[in-house]
Amino acid sequence: MPLNSPTIAGAEFLAKLRELYPPERVLTKRGQLAAYESDGLTVFQSRPMAVVVPNDIEEISATLKLCQTYGVPYVPRGSGTSLSGGCVPHAEGIVIALNRMNRILQVDPLQCTAVVEPGVINLEISKAASHYGLYYAPDPSSQIVCTIGGNLAFNAGGAHCLKYGMTSNHVLGAKVVLPDGEIVMLGDASLEHVGPDLMGMFVGSEGLFGIAVEITVRLLPKPAAFHTVLVGYAGMKAAGDAVAQIVASGLLPGALEIMDSLSMEAATRAVGVEYPVGAKAVLIVELDGTTETVEIEKLQLQRLLEASAATATLVAANAEQRAKIWKGRKSAFSAVGLISPDFLVQDCVVPRTKLGQVLEEIEQLSLESGLRVANVFHAGDGNLHPLILFDGREPGALERAEALSAKIIRLCIQHGGSITGEHGVGMEKREFMPDLFGNSDVEFMRQLRRALDPQEVSNRGKMFPDMEAPSLRLVGLHPLESQGIASRM
Amino acid sequence: MLHELESEKLGPHGPAVTQAISSCVHCGFCLPTCPTYQLLGEEENSPRGRIFLMKEVLEGELKPADIADSIDKCLGCAACMTACPSGVNYDQLLTGYRHLKHARTRTWLQRVRDFMVHSTLPYAERFRWAIRMGRLFKPFARLVPATIRPMLELLPDRLPAKAEWPSLTKVEGRRRGRVVLLTGCAQDVLAPRITKAAISVLVRNGVEVVIPPGQGCCGALSWHAGRASVAAKMASDLLQRIPQDVDAVLTTTAGCGSTLKEYSHVTTGTPAHQQGIWLEQHVKDVCEYLDELGLTQPAGLPRLMRVAYHDACHLLHAQKVGQAPRRLLGKIKNLQLVELPSAGSCCGSAGSYNIEQPGLAEVLGRDKSREILRTEVHAVATGNIGCMVQLQRHLRESSNNPPPVWHTIEVLERAYRPRSLTEMDSGAQMSPTVS
Ligand SMILES: Cc1cc2nc3c(=O)[nH]c(=O)nc-3n(C[C@H](O)[C@H](O)[C@H](O)COP(=O)(O)OP(=O)(O)OC[C@H]3O[C@@H](n4cnc5c(N)ncnc54)[C@H](O)[C@@H]3O)c2cc1C
Ligand code: SF4
Ligand code: SF4
Repeated sequence: MPLNSPTIAGAEFLAKLRELYPPERVLTKRGQLAAYESDGLTVFQSRPMAVVVPNDIEEISATLKLCQTYGVPYVPRGSGTSLSGGCVPHAEGIVIALNRMNRILQVDPLQCTAVVEPGVINLEISKAASHYGLYYAPDPSSQIVCTIGGNLAFNAGGAHCLKYGMTSNHVLGAKVVLPDGEIVMLGDASLEHVGPDLMGMFVGSEGLFGIAVEITVRLLPKPAAFHTVLVGYAGMKAAGDAVAQIVASGLLPGALEIMDSLSMEAATRAVGVEYPVGAKAVLIVELDGTTETVEIEKLQLQRLLEASAATATLVAANAEQRAKIWKGRKSAFSAVGLISPDFLVQDCVVPRTKLGQVLEEIEQLSLESGLRVANVFHAGDGNLHPLILFDGREPGALERAEALSAKIIRLCIQHGGSITGEHGVGMEKREFMPDLFGNSDVEFMRQLRRALDPQEVSNRGKMFPDMEAPSLRLVGLHPLESQGIASRM
Repeated sequence: MLHELESEKLGPHGPAVTQAISSCVHCGFCLPTCPTYQLLGEEENSPRGRIFLMKEVLEGELKPADIADSIDKCLGCAACMTACPSGVNYDQLLTGYRHLKHARTRTWLQRVRDFMVHSTLPYAERFRWAIRMGRLFKPFARLVPATIRPMLELLPDRLPAKAEWPSLTKVEGRRRGRVVLLTGCAQDVLAPRITKAAISVLVRNGVEVVIPPGQGCCGALSWHAGRASVAAKMASDLLQRIPQDVDAVLTTTAGCGSTLKEYSHVTTGTPAHQQGIWLEQHVKDVCEYLDELGLTQPAGLPRLMRVAYHDACHLLHAQKVGQAPRRLLGKIKNLQLVELPSAGSCCGSAGSYNIEQPGLAEVLGRDKSREILRTEVHAVATGNIGCMVQLQRHLRESSNNPPPVWHTIEVLERAYRPRSLTEMDSGAQMSPTVS
């Protein structure tokens, strides 16, 4: 039987699906399906039975009801930038691509809220609100492409989340289609919500609790002033220690980010940003707020930086220079493609006070394995993103990279950290869940999930360790990997 | 992305194709800028999707026919290259892929259409003849099969007289430069006035202009369609005619410029390779050249005019020339440069795209022209004949009093002789179909 040819029940399901959608919005051709095989983590690949592209809530609700009836698993998909295999399709299931539902329904400058459809791109909200002097604070590096629905599902964070919080702090309410097709409203348009925090439960649920279809987010006034500084250090430990000192002093910058020399090299090549000569690590510190506070904090920061082991300090003189610094930071991840044919990205968290030490240990592990590791990360909240560089054509390189990646995760758990800061568990980190939470907690989470979705049709195979996986497992090699077809970027 | 391709087995395109695939990290940063993704919201019609699909075909996992639709819909506008932080050269991948695999999965009518495009557009005389013939059929456009109709609908009502170019135009006073000016093939038939304006502006700026007689097509259309050997032949013919005792070779057509800037690639493995390399190093868009040379101050316009600048994809994305034309226009007194909200995104012209994918080209052209009308400008400036034809047509459809569409160099030319304002006010007179 050719791959993906539906069973009899599947064929009936497809026929029903075709009644719901016009032909151009039910995709079933090989080429169409192949394009949806993976997300930002290309090691996981699996072709769905079909892809539907709904235009409105009713279509989604009807689709989920159909999935329930036939027990067909589905996965909602935003821009497919997940780095943990979060929106990899199930081979017997469908993908619900939310990209046509990308309307900004309302911007309320008085309440400082916006109501948007799930396929709206993160940055578009700020663009629409900009007119009123407002913006949407969470700023993942992928903000020019990732959708608000995906952000909600993964509780996305970004450089400025140190001061302003993650997605969960900025979503007030959402209309959600539950796994059985019922449409409910979680939270509401106010900050002081009474009753159980159902919205809080939904944020970060990785598509397991249904599909968010209309999202009310909080907007903040755009800071009147910024003060952005690029500080050079002779090594990663010195930069890490500076972060711990800054935060310990009580100063709360908008952002605290670290880049090492490899990521600087990549960013310079991609977008032409220049970094202090000879620096082995740079710290990006950004103060923001009213002009008065920034003026005061500026001096405070200056004293702290002088006391640190800084080798050079560059202050952005204008908006253009500030934008350039951020462009370098935000493109660093993709830019690593310029300095290495392949790489894996890891996402883990350590307590801030351990930053310097963990970074040194990662460096040691990198030396031992003979693979370069680039580091570019949200230092303020201890969220590391080690990028493990390798050449997939070299025999055994991928396995060594994988092994190193797993060692780094374990290192973080040992130091009291967590297995993911913002990229989610998805498929990639299912196996690490019990290490972090213990079996009973994981079991409780599963009971909660079954309460909403007894058949587990909603994003089946993700998050829980021993579930039947849509395509493969994390530890060890997938057949596609051993054939050199797949990669984890 | 990891892949299983062996560069050596893919011929001359191998290195470019494998390089593009390995440097794509599947991050999706290119998605929001892709016009077809914006319209359709489907992964197969996004740059990331297309790169992945091309890889699958080249590896033998999919058949060319499986992805033909996705590839046909690609505008080749290269907006994805500007957005990509990983330096993926999508343009070379697409050209290479088309050459290696692109499915001939087309209906016979589509094949007739392709044949007609590729055997007329690049040849000035045949093109002129084809337009005359086509015009006879234009009133019956509705009766013609849908696949061929767009070609007729794009045909101009009138053709300007055939232009004869001086092989050398000298300058009075101090000579600041000496250049070869390419006249283009289709452009020379549709709007020789662009070349006329370019000569005039260059000479006023002290630049001696050489126009080699008998220039044919540079091969751009064939190159982008994956007809590498036809393109290489055209390139060699053109190269034979270009003298090398000049500072630069200039083009006024963005679509040609981007291919001319890849001539080392186009001429690989032919005897003209060395000349191709020389040309690649010397070719410039006319605006790029004037901007580098330093424009002598034009007199300016007698009355305030708002002019929108529309980026031709092959100028902005493929050649990275975006600021030069804006700086030149910015030097004109009484000209207020208007930025379009969707600046940098394709108008749907894209080479012969508006003929091959009329549906999407319609939507893009219509949206762009409506946006232009909302900005209430007096005129539109752009750097490519294809965009001019496309915008002109859609502006006319959306408005009774559409602003004229000019080549940037024409606006400059008029700024040197300010009495031309009445001429500028009249949109109809300035249509690309009249010299
Ligand atoms: C270059 C790059 C940089 C990145 N930087 C960051 C960063 O700084 N911070 C960060 O947090 N992440 C980052 N990411 C990861 C990724 O961008 C985020 O996880 C983002 O939130 C995913 O959004 P998406 O629209 O692409 O979602 P997708 O990848 O399409 O989906 C992600 C998950 O959300 C689910 N989902 C999607 N829409 C809905 C919905 N409407 N309702 C319910 N579930 C839904 C999917 O099923 C899937 O499980 C980065 C990724 C890349 C490629
Ligand atoms: S932005 Fe570049 S690297 Fe990222 S998916 Fe697009 S082409 Fe690939
Ligand atoms: S060339 Fe243009 S249409 Fe084609 S994939 Fe790139 S952005 Fe999209």
